[in-house]
Amino acid sequence: MRAMVYRGPYKIRVEEKDIPPIEHPNDAIVRVTTAAICGSDLHLFHGMMPDTRVGMTFGHEFVGVVEQVGSSVQNLKPGDRVMVPFNVYCGTCYFCARGLYSNCHNVNANATAVGGIYGYSHTCGGYDGGQAEYVRVPFADIGPSLIPEWMDEEDAVLLTDALATGYFGAQLGDIVEGDTVVVFGAGPVGLFAAKSSWLMGAGRVIVIDHLEYRLEKARTFAHAETYNFAEYDDIVVEMKKATDYLGADVVIDAVGAEADGNFLQHVTSSKFKLQGGSPIALNWAIDAVRKGGTVSVVGAYGPMFSAVKFGDALNKGLTLRMNQAPVKRQWPRLFDHIRNGYLKPSDIVTHRIPLEHIAEGYHIFSAKLDNCIKPLILPAAN
Amino acid sequence: MPYTAKKPTRARSSEELRAAIPGWGVDLDPKDRPSVPKEQFDPTLNGARWDFPERQEEKWPRERSIEHKFLTPVFGTSTPPKGLSGVIRKYSYKKYSEGRAAHWLLLLAADRVDAVEHHLRSFVSLRPDNPITQTGVLSEFSRHGITSRIGKKRVDVNHQWIDPLLVGGPWLVAGGLGVAAVRRLMRLRRT
Repeated sequence: MRAMVYRGPYKIRVEEKDIPPIEHPNDAIVRVTTAAICGSDLHLFHGMMPDTRVGMTFGHEFVGVVEQVGSSVQNLKPGDRVMVPFNVYCGTCYFCARGLYSNCHNVNANATAVGGIYGYSHTCGGYDGGQAEYVRVPFADIGPSLIPEWMDEEDAVLLTDALATGYFGAQLGDIVEGDTVVVFGAGPVGLFAAKSSWLMGAGRVIVIDHLEYRLEKARTFAHAETYNFAEYDDIVVEMKKATDYLGADVVIDAVGAEADGNFLQHVTSSKFKLQGGSPIALNWAIDAVRKGGTVSVVGAYGPMFSAVKFGDALNKGLTLRMNQAPVKRQWPRLFDHIRNGYLKPSDIVTHRIPLEHIAEGYHIFSAKLDNCIKPLILPAAN
Repeated sequence: MPYTAKKPTRARSSEELRAAIPGWGVDLDPKDRPSVPKEQFDPTLNGARWDFPERQEEKWPRERSIEHKFLTPVFGTSTPPKGLSGVIRKYSYKKYSEGRAAHWLLLLAADRVDAVEHHLRSFVSLRPDNPITQTGVLSEFSRHGITSRIGKKRVDVNHQWIDPLLVGGPWLVAGGLGVAAVRRLMRLRRT
Protein backbone atom coordinates (compact mmCIF):
# COMPACT_ATOMS: atom_id res chain seq x y z
CA MET A 1 0.00 0.00 0.00
CA ARG A 2 1.00 3.65 -0.31
CA ALA A 3 1.56 5.48 2.94
CA MET A 4 2.94 8.75 4.21
CA VAL A 5 6.20 8.10 6.07
CA TYR A 6 8.14 10.38 8.43
CA ARG A 7 11.81 10.83 7.49
CA GLY A 8 12.97 13.22 10.23
CA PRO A 9 12.07 16.80 11.20
CA TYR A 10 10.35 18.69 8.35
CA LYS A 11 10.68 15.71 6.01
CA ILE A 12 8.11 13.15 4.88
CA ARG A 13 7.59 11.07 1.78
CA VAL A 14 5.20 8.49 0.39
CA GLU A 15 6.44 4.90 0.43
CA GLU A 16 5.24 1.43 -0.35
CA LYS A 17 4.46 -0.41 2.91
CA ASP A 18 2.81 -3.71 3.80
CA ILE A 19 -0.93 -3.57 4.42
CA PRO A 20 -1.22 -3.79 8.22
CA PRO A 21 -2.24 -7.20 9.55
CA ILE A 22 -4.81 -8.06 12.24
CA GLU A 23 -2.79 -8.10 15.48
CA HIS A 24 -5.60 -8.63 18.00
CA PRO A 25 -8.97 -10.38 17.75
CA ASN A 26 -10.81 -7.07 18.07
CA ASP A 27 -8.84 -5.29 15.34
CA ALA A 28 -10.19 -4.13 12.02
CA ILE A 29 -8.27 -3.08 8.93
CA VAL A 30 -9.81 -0.01 7.35
CA ARG A 31 -9.24 1.18 3.78
CA VAL A 32 -8.91 4.93 4.16
CA THR A 33 -11.07 7.01 1.81
CA THR A 34 -10.45 10.46 3.32
CA ALA A 35 -7.91 11.60 5.89
CA ALA A 36 -6.89 15.02 7.16
CA ILE A 37 -3.79 16.78 8.39
CA CYS A 38 -4.35 18.12 11.88
CA GLY A 39 -2.57 21.16 13.31
CA SER A 40 -1.12 18.81 15.91
CA ASP A 41 0.43 16.69 13.13
CA LEU A 42 2.65 19.69 12.50
CA HIS A 43 4.22 19.22 15.95
CA LEU A 44 5.27 15.74 14.81
CA PHE A 45 6.37 17.03 11.42
CA HIS A 46 8.54 19.62 13.15
CA GLY A 47 10.13 16.97 15.38
CA MET A 48 8.71 18.33 18.63
CA MET A 49 7.14 15.17 20.01
CA PRO A 50 9.58 12.81 21.77
CA ASP A 51 9.82 9.29 20.31
CA THR A 52 8.63 10.14 16.82
CA ARG A 53 10.36 7.46 14.79
CA VAL A 54 11.50 7.54 11.19
CA GLY A 55 9.19 5.25 9.23
CA MET A 56 6.02 6.03 11.17
CA THR A 57 2.86 6.93 9.29
CA PHE A 58 0.99 9.90 10.78
CA GLY A 59 -2.72 10.65 10.64
CA HIS A 60 -5.33 10.51 13.38
CA GLU A 61 -8.24 11.98 11.40
CA PHE A 62 -9.62 9.50 8.88
CA VAL A 63 -12.69 7.72 7.61
CA GLY A 64 -12.92 4.69 5.36
CA VAL A 65 -14.33 1.30 4.56
CA VAL A 66 -13.81 -1.80 6.69
CA GLU A 67 -11.65 -4.24 4.74
CA GLN A 68 -11.11 -7.00 7.29
CA VAL A 69 -12.15 -7.71 10.90
CA GLY A 70 -10.64 -9.81 13.69
CA SER A 71 -12.32 -12.90 15.10
CA SER A 72 -14.03 -11.17 18.04
CA VAL A 73 -15.43 -8.14 16.18
CA GLN A 74 -19.22 -8.07 16.28
CA ASN A 75 -20.24 -4.48 15.53
CA LEU A 76 -18.54 -4.07 12.15
CA LYS A 77 -18.21 -6.10 8.98
CA PRO A 78 -16.24 -5.73 5.74
CA GLY A 79 -17.76 -3.09 3.51
CA ASP A 80 -19.03 -0.85 6.34
CA ARG A 81 -18.26 2.86 5.94
CA VAL A 82 -16.79 3.99 9.24
CA MET A 83 -15.54 7.09 10.98
CA VAL A 84 -12.80 6.47 13.53
CA PRO A 85 -12.20 8.72 16.56
CA PHE A 86 -8.59 9.78 16.96
CA ASN A 87 -8.53 8.06 20.36
CA VAL A 88 -7.47 4.41 20.49
CA TYR A 89 -9.33 3.03 23.54
CA CYS A 90 -10.45 -0.23 25.07
CA GLY A 91 -13.83 0.76 26.50
CA THR A 92 -13.46 -0.97 29.86
CA CYS A 93 -10.42 0.26 31.79
CA TYR A 94 -10.88 2.50 34.85
CA PHE A 95 -10.85 5.61 32.67
CA CYS A 96 -12.89 4.40 29.68
CA ALA A 97 -15.57 3.11 32.06
CA ARG A 98 -15.95 6.71 33.26
CA GLY A 99 -16.09 8.23 29.80
CA LEU A 100 -12.48 9.37 29.67
CA TYR A 101 -11.73 7.59 26.40
CA SER A 102 -8.79 9.81 25.60
CA ASN A 103 -7.12 8.64 28.83
CA CYS A 104 -7.41 4.87 28.20
CA HIS A 105 -4.90 2.84 30.24
CA ASN A 106 -4.88 -0.32 28.12
CA VAL A 107 -3.57 0.90 24.78
CA ASN A 108 -0.43 2.94 25.35
CA ALA A 109 2.50 0.90 26.60
CA ASN A 110 4.89 3.81 26.18
CA ALA A 111 3.26 6.29 28.53
CA THR A 112 0.67 6.51 31.27
CA ALA A 113 0.26 10.28 30.96
CA VAL A 114 -1.50 10.10 27.62
CA GLY A 115 -3.85 7.62 25.97
CA GLY A 116 -3.52 6.06 22.53
CA ILE A 117 -3.65 8.17 19.38
CA TYR A 118 -3.33 6.94 15.79
CA GLY A 119 -0.15 8.00 14.05
CA TYR A 120 1.04 10.22 16.86
CA SER A 121 4.49 8.97 17.89
CA HIS A 122 5.34 6.19 20.31
CA THR A 123 4.64 8.57 23.17
CA CYS A 124 1.00 8.08 22.15
CA GLY A 125 1.25 4.32 21.71
CA GLY A 126 3.19 3.66 18.53
CA TYR A 127 0.23 3.11 16.22
CA ASP A 128 0.58 3.88 12.53
CA GLY A 129 -1.97 6.41 11.34
CA GLY A 130 -4.45 6.94 8.56
CA GLN A 131 -2.53 9.05 6.06
CA ALA A 132 -2.22 5.87 4.06
CA GLU A 133 -4.33 3.54 2.00
CA TYR A 134 -4.94 1.18 4.94
CA VAL A 135 -4.78 1.43 8.72
CA ARG A 136 -5.09 -0.94 11.65
CA VAL A 137 -7.96 0.03 13.98
CA PRO A 138 -7.74 -1.65 17.42
CA PHE A 139 -10.92 -2.21 19.45
CA ALA A 140 -13.06 -2.06 16.35
CA ASP A 141 -16.17 -2.74 18.44
CA ILE A 142 -15.52 0.31 20.64
CA GLY A 143 -14.20 3.33 18.74
CA PRO A 144 -15.48 3.40 15.18
CA SER A 145 -19.05 4.24 14.18
CA LEU A 146 -20.89 3.69 10.94
CA ILE A 147 -21.12 6.91 8.96
CA PRO A 148 -24.82 7.75 8.78
CA GLU A 149 -26.25 7.63 5.27
CA TRP A 150 -27.17 11.30 5.37
CA MET A 151 -23.71 12.46 6.46
CA ASP A 152 -21.20 13.94 4.06
CA GLU A 153 -17.81 12.17 4.12
CA GLU A 154 -15.95 15.45 4.70
CA ASP A 155 -18.20 16.28 7.66
CA ALA A 156 -17.50 12.79 9.00
CA VAL A 157 -13.71 13.17 8.83
CA LEU A 158 -13.90 16.48 10.69
CA LEU A 159 -15.91 14.77 13.43
CA THR A 160 -13.01 12.40 14.13
CA ASP A 161 -11.08 15.20 15.84
CA ALA A 162 -11.33 18.89 14.94
CA LEU A 163 -15.06 19.45 15.47
CA ALA A 164 -15.27 17.12 18.47
CA THR A 165 -12.25 18.83 20.05
CA GLY A 166 -13.54 22.36 19.46
CA TYR A 167 -16.97 21.47 20.85
CA PHE A 168 -15.34 19.74 23.82
CA GLY A 169 -13.20 22.84 24.42
CA ALA A 170 -16.31 24.98 24.70
CA GLN A 171 -17.80 22.49 27.17
CA LEU A 172 -14.68 22.63 29.31
CA GLY A 173 -15.31 26.37 29.61
CA ASP A 174 -18.54 25.71 31.55
CA ILE A 175 -20.14 28.59 29.64
CA VAL A 176 -23.26 30.11 31.19
CA GLU A 177 -25.76 32.32 29.41
CA GLY A 178 -24.28 35.64 28.40
CA ASP A 179 -20.64 34.78 29.08
CA THR A 180 -17.88 36.50 27.15
CA VAL A 181 -15.73 33.80 25.56
CA VAL A 182 -12.31 34.49 24.07
CA VAL A 183 -10.80 31.87 21.77
CA PHE A 184 -7.09 31.98 21.02
CA GLY A 185 -6.44 30.47 17.59
CA ALA A 186 -8.57 30.63 14.44
CA GLY A 187 -7.48 27.27 13.10
CA PRO A 188 -9.99 24.43 12.70
CA VAL A 189 -10.31 23.71 16.44
CA GLY A 190 -10.58 27.39 17.35
CA LEU A 191 -13.24 28.01 14.71
CA PHE A 192 -15.28 25.07 15.98
CA ALA A 193 -14.78 26.12 19.61
CA ALA A 194 -16.05 29.61 18.76
CA LYS A 195 -19.05 28.25 16.91
CA SER A 196 -19.81 25.81 19.74
CA SER A 197 -19.62 28.59 22.34
CA TRP A 198 -22.72 30.13 20.80
CA LEU A 199 -24.56 26.81 21.08
CA MET A 200 -23.83 26.92 24.81
CA GLY A 201 -25.27 30.40 25.18
CA ALA A 202 -22.27 32.72 25.03
CA GLY A 203 -23.17 36.40 24.94
CA ARG A 204 -20.05 37.37 23.09
CA VAL A 205 -17.38 35.37 21.26
CA ILE A 206 -14.00 36.90 20.41
CA VAL A 207 -11.40 35.07 18.30
CA ILE A 208 -7.72 36.06 18.29
CA ASP A 209 -5.07 35.13 15.73
CA HIS A 210 -2.46 36.80 13.56
CA LEU A 211 -3.57 35.36 10.22
CA GLU A 212 -6.06 37.75 8.67
CA TYR A 213 -7.62 35.17 6.33
CA ARG A 214 -8.40 32.94 9.29
CA LEU A 215 -9.89 35.83 11.24
CA GLU A 216 -12.10 36.52 8.23
CA LYS A 217 -13.29 32.91 8.48
CA ALA A 218 -13.94 33.40 12.20
CA ARG A 219 -16.18 36.34 11.36
CA THR A 220 -18.14 34.62 8.59
CA PHE A 221 -18.21 31.01 9.79
CA ALA A 222 -18.26 31.50 13.56
CA HIS A 223 -20.00 34.91 13.81
CA ALA A 224 -17.17 36.06 16.06
CA GLU A 225 -15.58 39.41 16.81
CA THR A 226 -11.93 39.21 15.90
CA TYR A 227 -8.64 40.71 16.98
CA ASN A 228 -5.36 40.38 15.11
CA PHE A 229 -2.82 40.32 17.93
CA ALA A 230 -0.09 41.50 15.55
CA GLU A 231 -1.85 44.87 15.40
CA TYR A 232 -1.64 45.47 19.14
CA ASP A 233 1.25 46.05 21.44
CA ASP A 234 -0.34 43.90 24.14
CA ILE A 235 -3.34 41.69 23.34
CA VAL A 236 -4.03 41.06 27.03
CA VAL A 237 -4.59 44.77 27.64
CA GLU A 238 -6.82 44.89 24.56
CA MET A 239 -8.95 42.09 25.99
CA LYS A 240 -9.21 43.98 29.26
CA LYS A 241 -10.34 47.08 27.37
CA ALA A 242 -12.78 45.03 25.30
CA THR A 243 -14.41 43.68 28.47
CA ASP A 244 -14.52 46.96 30.35
CA TYR A 245 -11.42 45.85 32.30
CA LEU A 246 -13.14 42.79 33.79
CA GLY A 247 -11.53 40.13 31.58
CA ALA A 248 -13.31 37.35 29.72
CA ASP A 249 -15.42 34.85 31.65
CA VAL A 250 -13.98 31.97 29.66
CA VAL A 251 -10.84 31.71 27.54
CA ILE A 252 -10.14 28.75 25.27
CA ASP A 253 -6.58 27.94 24.16
CA ALA A 254 -7.00 26.35 20.74
CA VAL A 255 -3.42 26.98 19.67
CA GLY A 256 -1.14 24.67 21.60
CA ALA A 257 2.53 23.90 21.29
CA GLU A 258 3.58 26.13 18.40
CA ALA A 259 1.97 29.37 19.47
CA ASP A 260 3.36 32.55 17.98
CA GLY A 261 3.57 36.02 19.46
CA ASN A 262 6.79 35.83 21.44
CA PHE A 263 9.95 35.08 19.48
CA LEU A 264 11.89 33.58 22.38
CA GLN A 265 9.07 31.30 23.56
CA HIS A 266 8.36 30.10 20.03
CA VAL A 267 11.96 29.46 19.07
CA THR A 268 12.90 27.69 22.31
CA SER A 269 10.00 25.30 21.91
CA SER A 270 9.16 24.85 18.25
CA LYS A 271 12.64 25.21 16.79
CA PHE A 272 15.01 24.05 19.53
CA LYS A 273 12.65 21.72 21.49
CA LEU A 274 13.66 23.06 24.88
CA GLN A 275 10.04 23.21 26.06
CA GLY A 276 7.11 20.84 25.65
CA GLY A 277 5.34 23.63 23.84
CA SER A 278 5.32 27.36 23.39
CA PRO A 279 2.93 28.58 26.11
CA ILE A 280 2.27 32.03 24.64
CA ALA A 281 -1.43 31.49 23.97
CA LEU A 282 -1.87 29.73 27.30
CA ASN A 283 -0.18 32.56 29.19
CA TRP A 284 -2.29 35.10 27.34
CA ALA A 285 -5.35 33.04 28.24
CA ILE A 286 -4.41 33.06 31.91
CA ASP A 287 -3.89 36.81 31.84
CA ALA A 288 -6.93 37.69 29.69
CA VAL A 289 -9.51 35.73 31.67
CA ARG A 290 -11.21 37.43 34.60
CA LYS A 291 -10.43 36.49 38.18
CA GLY A 292 -12.39 33.37 39.08
CA GLY A 293 -12.85 32.59 35.39
CA THR A 294 -12.17 29.41 33.45
CA VAL A 295 -9.37 28.60 31.02
CA SER A 296 -10.05 25.67 28.73
CA VAL A 297 -7.06 24.11 27.00
CA VAL A 298 -7.54 21.92 23.95
CA GLY A 299 -4.44 22.99 22.03
CA ALA A 300 -1.93 20.13 22.05
CA TYR A 301 1.23 20.27 24.17
CA GLY A 302 4.08 17.79 24.47
CA PRO A 303 5.04 15.92 27.64
CA MET A 304 8.00 18.11 28.57
CA PHE A 305 7.84 21.17 30.80
CA SER A 306 6.70 24.56 29.50
CA ALA A 307 7.13 28.04 31.00
CA VAL A 308 3.52 28.55 32.08
CA LYS A 309 2.56 31.50 34.30
CA PHE A 310 1.13 29.33 36.99
CA GLY A 311 1.35 32.01 39.68
CA ASP A 312 -1.15 34.18 37.83
CA ALA A 313 -3.49 31.23 37.52
CA LEU A 314 -3.28 30.60 41.26
CA ASN A 315 -3.56 34.20 42.33
CA LYS A 316 -6.54 34.84 40.06
CA GLY A 317 -8.41 31.82 41.40
CA LEU A 318 -8.79 30.34 37.95
CA THR A 319 -10.29 27.04 36.98
CA LEU A 320 -8.02 25.35 34.45
CA ARG A 321 -9.71 22.57 32.49
CA MET A 322 -8.16 20.51 29.75
CA ASN A 323 -7.95 17.12 28.09
CA GLN A 324 -7.70 15.45 24.76
CA ALA A 325 -11.30 15.16 23.60
CA PRO A 326 -13.11 11.88 24.23
CA VAL A 327 -14.39 12.06 20.67
CA LYS A 328 -17.11 9.45 20.49
CA ARG A 329 -18.81 10.85 23.56
CA GLN A 330 -19.47 14.05 21.58
CA TRP A 331 -20.86 12.37 18.49
CA PRO A 332 -24.57 11.82 19.22
CA ARG A 333 -25.07 15.48 20.11
CA LEU A 334 -22.89 16.69 17.22
CA PHE A 335 -24.76 14.46 14.78
CA ASP A 336 -27.94 16.27 15.90
CA HIS A 337 -26.35 19.66 15.45
CA ILE A 338 -25.16 18.83 11.94
CA ARG A 339 -28.52 17.37 10.98
CA ASN A 340 -30.31 20.44 12.34
CA GLY A 341 -28.06 22.71 10.31
CA TYR A 342 -26.38 24.38 13.28
CA LEU A 343 -22.96 23.10 12.25
CA LYS A 344 -21.47 22.43 8.81
CA PRO A 345 -17.92 21.32 9.59
CA SER A 346 -16.74 20.86 6.01
CA ASP A 347 -17.17 24.61 5.43
CA ILE A 348 -13.64 25.05 6.78
CA VAL A 349 -11.97 22.66 4.31
CA THR A 350 -9.69 24.61 1.99
CA HIS A 351 -7.46 21.99 0.35
CA ARG A 352 -7.96 18.46 -0.96
CA ILE A 353 -4.58 16.85 -1.66
CA PRO A 354 -3.75 13.46 -3.18
CA LEU A 355 -1.69 11.24 -0.87
CA GLU A 356 1.21 11.30 -3.34
CA HIS A 357 1.54 15.07 -2.80
CA ILE A 358 1.25 14.98 0.97
CA ALA A 359 4.67 16.58 1.53
CA GLU A 360 3.39 19.71 -0.23
CA GLY A 361 0.23 19.46 1.90
CA TYR A 362 2.26 19.54 5.11
CA HIS A 363 4.32 22.49 3.92
CA ILE A 364 1.27 24.46 2.77
CA PHE A 365 -0.43 23.89 6.14
CA SER A 366 2.72 24.49 8.17
CA ALA A 367 3.80 27.66 6.35
CA LYS A 368 0.17 28.87 6.10
CA LEU A 369 0.31 29.27 2.34
CA ASP A 370 -2.61 29.70 0.00
CA ASN A 371 -5.05 30.69 2.80
CA CYS A 372 -4.92 27.14 4.12
CA ILE A 373 -7.23 26.32 7.01
CA LYS A 374 -7.91 22.58 6.71
CA PRO A 375 -6.25 20.22 4.23
CA LEU A 376 -7.76 16.81 3.49
CA ILE A 377 -5.76 13.88 2.13
CA LEU A 378 -7.25 11.65 -0.55
CA PRO A 379 -5.49 8.26 -0.79
CA ALA A 380 -7.48 7.17 -3.84
CA ALA A 381 -6.87 10.34 -5.87
CA ASN A 382 -3.40 9.32 -7.01
CA MET B 1 -16.37 47.56 35.37
CA PRO B 2 -14.88 45.19 37.91
CA TYR B 3 -14.67 47.98 40.47
CA THR B 4 -18.39 47.66 41.22
CA ALA B 5 -20.62 44.59 41.66
CA LYS B 6 -22.60 44.83 38.46
CA LYS B 7 -21.76 42.67 35.45
CA PRO B 8 -21.01 44.66 32.28
CA THR B 9 -24.07 45.28 30.12
CA ARG B 10 -24.41 42.89 27.21
CA ALA B 11 -24.34 44.31 23.70
CA ARG B 12 -26.93 41.81 22.48
CA SER B 13 -29.69 40.10 24.44
CA SER B 14 -30.27 36.35 24.35
CA GLU B 15 -33.32 36.89 22.14
CA GLU B 16 -31.29 38.88 19.64
CA LEU B 17 -28.57 36.24 19.60
CA ARG B 18 -31.08 33.41 19.18
CA ALA B 19 -32.51 35.21 16.16
CA ALA B 20 -29.11 35.96 14.65
CA ILE B 21 -27.08 32.79 15.20
CA PRO B 22 -28.32 29.34 14.15
CA GLY B 23 -28.53 27.06 17.17
CA TRP B 24 -27.73 29.74 19.74
CA GLY B 25 -28.32 28.34 23.21
CA VAL B 26 -29.40 24.81 22.21
CA ASP B 27 -26.78 23.46 24.63
CA LEU B 28 -27.41 26.08 27.29
CA ASP B 29 -28.55 23.41 29.73
CA PRO B 30 -25.44 21.52 30.95
CA LYS B 31 -27.54 18.32 30.82
CA ASP B 32 -27.39 18.60 27.03
CA ARG B 33 -23.59 18.73 27.03
CA PRO B 34 -22.15 15.26 26.46
CA SER B 35 -19.04 15.73 28.60
CA VAL B 36 -20.88 17.13 31.61
CA PRO B 37 -20.21 15.83 34.19
CA LYS B 38 -16.65 14.90 33.31
CA GLU B 39 -16.86 11.36 34.62
CA GLN B 40 -19.91 9.23 33.83
CA PHE B 41 -19.66 5.60 34.88
CA ASP B 42 -20.67 3.07 32.20
CA PRO B 43 -18.66 -0.18 32.30
CA THR B 44 -20.58 -1.69 29.37
CA LEU B 45 -19.77 1.09 26.94
CA ASN B 46 -20.64 0.17 23.36
CA GLY B 47 -21.28 -3.38 24.46
CA ALA B 48 -17.67 -4.16 25.38
CA ARG B 49 -17.66 -7.82 26.36
CA TRP B 50 -14.48 -7.97 28.37
CA ASP B 51 -13.43 -6.90 31.83
CA PHE B 52 -9.79 -6.96 30.74
CA PRO B 53 -9.04 -7.23 27.00
CA GLU B 54 -7.44 -10.27 25.44
CA ARG B 55 -3.70 -9.77 25.08
CA GLN B 56 -2.06 -8.95 21.77
CA GLU B 57 0.93 -11.13 20.91
CA GLU B 58 4.28 -9.52 21.81
CA LYS B 59 6.47 -10.20 18.77
CA TRP B 60 9.54 -8.44 20.13
CA PRO B 61 10.41 -7.16 23.61
CA ARG B 62 8.09 -4.16 23.57
CA GLU B 63 9.47 -1.11 25.36
CA ARG B 64 7.09 0.29 27.97
CA SER B 65 6.85 3.00 30.57
CA ILE B 66 8.02 1.87 34.01
CA GLU B 67 4.92 3.60 35.35
CA HIS B 68 2.90 0.72 33.90
CA LYS B 69 2.51 -2.40 36.03
CA PHE B 70 2.81 -4.57 32.91
CA LEU B 71 2.72 -4.35 29.13
CA THR B 72 -0.66 -3.05 28.05
CA PRO B 73 -2.88 -5.69 26.42
CA VAL B 74 -2.92 -3.77 23.15
CA PHE B 75 -0.08 -1.67 21.76
CA GLY B 76 1.21 -0.14 18.56
CA THR B 77 3.58 -2.11 16.37
CA SER B 78 4.94 0.65 14.18
CA THR B 79 8.73 0.99 13.77
CA PRO B 80 10.37 -1.24 16.43
CA PRO B 81 13.51 0.28 17.98
CA LYS B 82 16.67 -0.38 15.94
CA GLY B 83 20.30 0.73 15.79
CA LEU B 84 21.88 3.23 18.14
CA SER B 85 18.63 5.19 18.37
CA GLY B 86 16.91 1.99 19.48
CA VAL B 87 19.51 1.44 22.20
CA ILE B 88 18.95 4.98 23.49
CA ARG B 89 15.16 4.58 23.43
CA LYS B 90 15.24 1.25 25.27
CA TYR B 91 17.57 2.70 27.90
CA SER B 92 15.30 5.69 28.38
CA TYR B 93 12.21 3.49 28.85
CA LYS B 94 14.00 1.08 31.16
CA LYS B 95 15.68 3.67 33.35
CA TYR B 96 13.47 6.73 33.65
CA SER B 97 9.83 7.37 34.44
CA GLU B 98 7.71 9.86 32.50
CA GLY B 99 8.21 12.28 35.36
CA ARG B 100 11.91 12.66 34.61
CA ALA B 101 13.16 15.19 32.07
CA ALA B 102 15.95 12.75 31.21
CA HIS B 103 13.37 10.32 29.81
CA TRP B 104 12.04 12.82 27.29
CA LEU B 105 15.37 14.40 26.45
CA LEU B 106 16.88 10.99 25.71
CA LEU B 107 13.91 10.15 23.48
CA LEU B 108 14.33 13.45 21.62
CA ALA B 109 18.04 12.72 21.22
CA ALA B 110 17.19 9.25 19.92
CA ASP B 111 14.84 10.84 17.37
CA ARG B 112 17.72 12.90 15.96
CA VAL B 113 20.07 9.90 15.91
CA ASP B 114 17.30 7.90 14.20
CA ALA B 115 17.01 10.54 11.46
CA VAL B 116 20.77 10.54 10.84
CA GLU B 117 20.84 6.72 10.75
CA HIS B 118 18.07 6.62 8.18
CA HIS B 119 19.52 9.41 6.05
CA LEU B 120 22.84 7.58 5.89
CA ARG B 121 21.12 4.29 5.11
CA SER B 122 19.10 5.96 2.35
CA PHE B 123 22.31 6.96 0.53
CA VAL B 124 23.13 3.32 -0.11
CA SER B 125 19.58 2.58 -1.23
CA LEU B 126 17.81 3.11 -4.54
CA ARG B 127 15.84 5.98 -3.01
CA PRO B 128 18.12 8.43 -1.19
CA ASP B 129 16.53 11.10 0.96
CA ASN B 130 15.80 14.31 -0.87
CA PRO B 131 15.30 17.35 1.38
CA ILE B 132 13.78 19.34 -1.49
CA THR B 133 10.90 17.01 -2.28
CA GLN B 134 10.47 15.67 1.26
CA THR B 135 9.98 19.09 2.85
CA GLY B 136 7.30 20.04 0.34
CA VAL B 137 9.09 23.34 -0.09
CA LEU B 138 8.40 23.37 -3.84
CA SER B 139 4.84 24.36 -2.96
CA GLU B 140 6.29 27.78 -2.16
CA PHE B 141 6.27 28.34 -5.94
CA SER B 142 2.88 26.81 -6.76
CA ARG B 143 0.94 27.97 -3.66
CA HIS B 144 1.72 31.67 -3.44
CA GLY B 145 4.65 31.51 -1.04
CA ILE B 146 5.48 35.18 -1.42
CA THR B 147 2.00 36.70 -1.57
CA SER B 148 0.92 34.53 1.37
CA ARG B 149 3.44 36.43 3.49
CA ILE B 150 4.09 39.90 2.11
CA GLY B 151 1.98 42.65 3.66
CA LYS B 152 0.00 40.23 5.83
CA LYS B 153 1.25 41.29 9.28
CA ARG B 154 2.09 37.65 10.00
CA VAL B 155 4.25 37.33 13.09
CA ASP B 156 5.59 33.91 12.08
CA VAL B 157 7.73 35.38 9.31
CA ASN B 158 10.13 36.58 12.02
CA HIS B 159 11.26 32.99 12.66
CA GLN B 160 10.51 31.12 9.42
CA TRP B 161 14.02 31.91 8.21
CA ILE B 162 15.28 29.47 10.85
CA ASP B 163 13.53 26.49 9.21
CA PRO B 164 15.82 26.21 6.16
CA LEU B 165 18.81 26.41 8.50
CA LEU B 166 17.41 23.65 10.71
CA VAL B 167 16.63 21.43 7.74
CA GLY B 168 19.43 22.30 5.34
CA GLY B 169 22.16 23.15 7.85
CA PRO B 170 23.10 19.59 8.80
CA TRP B 171 23.09 18.59 5.11
CA LEU B 172 25.40 21.48 4.21
CA VAL B 173 27.71 20.69 7.11
CA ALA B 174 27.78 16.99 6.19
CA GLY B 175 28.40 17.87 2.54
CA GLY B 176 31.18 20.27 3.50
CA LEU B 177 32.82 17.68 5.72
CA GLY B 178 32.55 15.12 2.91
CA VAL B 179 34.21 17.45 0.40
CA ALA B 180 36.94 18.32 2.90
CA ALA B 181 37.58 14.65 3.56
CA VAL B 182 37.83 13.84 -0.16
CA ARG B 183 40.21 16.76 -0.77
CA ARG B 184 42.37 15.67 2.12
CA LEU B 185 42.50 12.12 0.81
CA MET B 186 43.48 13.37 -2.63
CA ARG B 187 46.20 15.54 -1.12
CA LEU B 188 47.51 12.59 0.85
CA ARG B 189 47.61 10.45 -2.29
CA ARG B 190 49.56 13.13 -4.18
CA THR B 191 52.18 13.37 -1.41
